[in-house]
Amino acid sequence: MSITQSLFPLGWQHYLLGGLTIGAGAALLFVMTGRIGGMSTVFSSTWSYLLRRPFFQQRRFVDSRGWRLVYAAGLILGALVWWLGFAGGKPEATAVPVWQLLVGGFFVGYGARLGNGCTSGHGICGLGSLQLPSLLAVLTFMATAFLTANLVARVLS
Amino acid sequence: MNAGRVLATLAAGMLFGFGLSYSTMIRPEVVLSFLRFQDFGLMLVMGGAVVVVLLAYKLVPRLLVRPLLDDHFHEHPSVWNRDTAVGAALFGVGWGLCGVCPGPAIAGLGAGNWNLLWALTGIALGALMQGLRAK
Repeated sequence: MSITQSLFPLGWQHYLLGGLTIGAGAALLFVMTGRIGGMSTVFSSTWSYLLRRPFFQQRRFVDSRGWRLVYAAGLILGALVWWLGFAGGKPEATAVPVWQLLVGGFFVGYGARLGNGCTSGHGICGLGSLQLPSLLAVLTFMATAFLTANLVARVLS
Repeated sequence: MNAGRVLATLAAGMLFGFGLSYSTMIRPEVVLSFLRFQDFGLMLVMGGAVVVVLLAYKLVPRLLVRPLLDDHFHEHPSVWNRDTAVGAALFGVGWGLCGVCPGPAIAGLGAGNWNLLWALTGIALGALMQGLRAK
């Protein structure tokens, strides 16, 4: 087995091409509107439509909630194009148990908002603007994610 | 927001969502296999995206005085403090548990991965709780 096959048993081209396309999306947003397009803020800014609390009514959420929802709608549409045009419309599904999705999701949402960024905000936009705090954030969440994923695999299998 | 900006933002999101799907990042199993050192594809996804964004953030403000459809380029400086450290650590625990981060949780819906609604619900509730606890 070659090194490429052991590092990327499912092939590598789709990963690289997909990554370049993700970058092109964030780059297009920047060229056209000047905005930095991380994905986790929409989960706070959208609450500002429903909740009067001062935290959610901060300008950074209220002023950006509109375009962030449009950006999120684009994400769904882009995946739809892939699904119907490239994947034959066979529904995607995951065998990850519901409790793991729900509880894991809760920590993802809480942590990303407390830390002001996720895999796209710190990982792609933060590293893309060469910010040291984002690099530290990425190293931190990679470390705890490696630990958790391997621990869960041991304990639950 | 005017129509041009809405369309441009939608198109940017579509590229992003297409890329997340094409690279199979909307499959939690693929993300978890990276976190378990079985498939290093996620490094190529992130690396590829970072290179393109790096070029755009560096070059575009030199070539253009302002973005094509708005009046200035935004900056989003990140800071390293206790919240960032604790938040990133908790984010990683959640990510390692479910294999879903915010982008794929949204994009996955467009590919009919309804199970991801559970992750999306969790993320929305987590963000809500963070806001309610914040001062």
